[in-house]
Amino acid sequence: MIYRNADIENYPFPFPRDQYRYSTNLEPTGRRNASAAGGWGDRRVDIDRRYRSELDERARILAADPSRSQCLPHMVPACWDAMLTLMRELAADYPATMRLDRISPDDNTFRWRNDLLGIDDTFTFGDPATLPTAPLDYICGQIQEDVVLLDQRAGQLWGDAGVVTFAANWSFGFDIGMSFLQIHGPVPRVHSEKVITRAHEFLMRLEPGQSFRRTNWSLTVDGKLDTATETYREWGRDRRTLAEGPLDEVGDRLFLRTEVQHLIRLPHSGAVMFLIRTYLLPFAAIATVDAWADRLYRVLEDLPHDMTEYKGLERTRGPALRWLATFGGVTP
Amino acid sequence: MTTAGPNELPLRVTGLRTLCEGIREVTLGLAGDGVLPSFAPGSHLAVGWADGERNSYSLTGPMVEPRHYSISVRHDRAGRGGSAWVHSLRVGDDVVASRPRSAFAPVADARHHVLVAGGIGVTPIVSHVRAAVMWQRSFEVVYVHRPGADAHAEDLRALARDRLTILRSGPELLAHMKARLFDVPLGAHLYVCGPEGLIEAVTSAALDAGWHRQRLHAEPFASAAAAGGAPFAARLGRSGALVPVGAETSLLEALLARGIAVPNLCRQGVCGECKLTVRGGGIDHRDTYLTDDERAAGDAMMPCVSRAVGDRVELEL
Repeated sequence: MIYRNADIENYPFPFPRDQYRYSTNLEPTGRRNASAAGGWGDRRVDIDRRYRSELDERARILAADPSRSQCLPHMVPACWDAMLTLMRELAADYPATMRLDRISPDDNTFRWRNDLLGIDDTFTFGDPATLPTAPLDYICGQIQEDVVLLDQRAGQLWGDAGVVTFAANWSFGFDIGMSFLQIHGPVPRVHSEKVITRAHEFLMRLEPGQSFRRTNWSLTVDGKLDTATETYREWGRDRRTLAEGPLDEVGDRLFLRTEVQHLIRLPHSGAVMFLIRTYLLPFAAIATVDAWADRLYRVLEDLPHDMTEYKGLERTRGPALRWLATFGGVTP
Repeated sequence: MTTAGPNELPLRVTGLRTLCEGIREVTLGLAGDGVLPSFAPGSHLAVGWADGERNSYSLTGPMVEPRHYSISVRHDRAGRGGSAWVHSLRVGDDVVASRPRSAFAPVADARHHVLVAGGIGVTPIVSHVRAAVMWQRSFEVVYVHRPGADAHAEDLRALARDRLTILRSGPELLAHMKARLFDVPLGAHLYVCGPEGLIEAVTSAALDAGWHRQRLHAEPFASAAAAGGAPFAARLGRSGALVPVGAETSLLEALLARGIAVPNLCRQGVCGECKLTVRGGGIDHRDTYLTDDERAAGDAMMPCVSRAVGDRVELEL
C-alpha cells in the first residue's frame, strides 16, 4: 500500500491518553476532532481515495462468501430505511457527485445518481423489484463502511441484518441474530465495569435522527481489510511471519487499524444503524508523527494481558514495541 | 406562539379538516424548504401550544420523507388548554413541534399484529396499519367508537379492508376480543390505544387467555400517570429552599411555578427530558423511562409523574 500525506492528516488516531481501557466512549457526531497531524470526523459517511479499491475488495469478498451479507426477514424495512438514510447522507455531503430526487411527492419513487460509479437508477421505496439487488447490498456497494442493523424489541437490541466484509477478528455470520449483550459477551473486563450494559442502555434511548460515534482499534498485518474469523487461515499466519521476520520490515507490514463507528437511529424502522469504517495506517507512517509513535508505544506497553489476547495482539505486540523503539524514534 | 428549541421543527398549518364532531385534523408542513423526517408507526409530535407547554399527538399520515405531517385532535374541554389551542389554529399559523418520537412502535419480528383502537386512540393505530400494509405484515384491526365519533374509519377501511372490525361499545369489544385472543397464532403481538379502562380490560383479557406480558403493548391517549397523590415537599440541595407539592400538582409543575427551569417535554414519564438527580428520600416511580436498575439506585426521578414516598424528597437542584 502506498501512503500519502492525506492518509496521515485524516487518520483517526484513536488514543486520547497513554493508557487504553474499554469505555463507553461515545461522542456526538458532526464535529471535527483535531489530531496531532490534522483531523477527522467531518462526515458520518466518508469517501476517500480508496473508494474504488475498497468497493472492489468488498465485491470480491461477497462473491466468495455470501454469508457476509444477511438480512433476517423482519429487517427488510430497516434495510430500506438504512439505504434511504445513507443516500440522503451522501447527497448532502457530496452534492457534486451524489443526488437523490423524489420523482413525485405523492408516491415513494426516487431517482438516485452516483456519478463516481456511473449509477443512475430509479426505484420505489419498499419494492424490491425496482432495485438490481437487495437494498442494503445496493448501498453497501457504494460506501466504504460496513453496516450492521440492530432491531430494538423486548428491551434489547438485536444484530439482525448487515453487510460486513472488513471485520476485525470476528464473524458477522456467527453473530447474526444475537443480542447486543451476547455479541459483546467475550469482551474482557467490560462486564464488571458495566461498559457494555451502559452503552446498550444509551443506544436504546437514541432518538430518531440522533447519532453518536466512537472509535475502536487493533493491529493488522500487511494492510488486510478482511480479517474475519472465516478467513483466519489466510491471515492468521501473517502474525507469525511478522514476529519471526526481520524487525526492519515491521514498519511497513504492521498497521494500526482504527474503526470509526457511527450509531444512527433510523427514522422509519427504529433500527439502530452501526456504521463501521476501517482505516489502516502502517507503523512507518505513524512514526512520521512523533506524538503518535510515542502514544502508541505507551498504550501497547501498558495493555493488560487479557485485552492483548482478546484483540489478537499476543504475537505482534512485541515486534511493534521493538520496532517503535528501534526505528520509530520512541524512547522507552 | 412558542419558539423552536434546538431539535424542534418549525411547522406551518397547511390544512384543516373536521373529521367528526369535536375531532379536527391538522396538516402541518415545513415553514421553509426541504423534506420532513420519516417516522416510525406509532410516533407522535410534541406540539408547543404555550410557553413551556407541550402536548403529544400521534402522526396519522404517510411516514417516509412526507411533505406534510397530520395529527387529529379531539377537543378536550376538561384539558389544560392544548386541544382548545389546536382547535383555534388557522391555515398559515406557525407551529413548533418536536421531531417525531415513538414509544409505541410495532415489534418487527411479530408473526401477527392485533391492533385495537378505542375512540381517539385510533390515531397511532392508523400509522401502524399504514406500515403493516406497506411492509405486508400480517395484521387485524379492531376499532371501537361511539356512533358518529368515527375519525379515520374511512382510512382504516381503505387500508385494512376485511381485516377491519368496527364495534360500538366496550362490552361488544370485550366479547370480540375474548374470542380472538384464544384464536390468533402464537407469536402475535397485541397493541391497544385508548382510554385507560379499555386498555386495562383488553390487557387483562389477554393475560387471562395466556398471553405473555412482553407481547402486550399499550399507549394511553390521555396522561396515564395521574400527577396527584399525597402532598409532599422537595428540598433543593443547593439553596436549601423547600418547595411544597400539592395533592393535585406534579413535582415538575411545582418546580416550574417556583421559576426553576427544568427542561421537559412529554410530561407523561416517557421522554426522559426532565430527569432529576435525587440526594435523598423515597421515590414513588410512576414513569416508564427509568430502568429497574436506575429505580433501585434511587438517585434519579422523573418529576413530571413521580412523587415522594414520604413527605420529603431532596433534589440536586
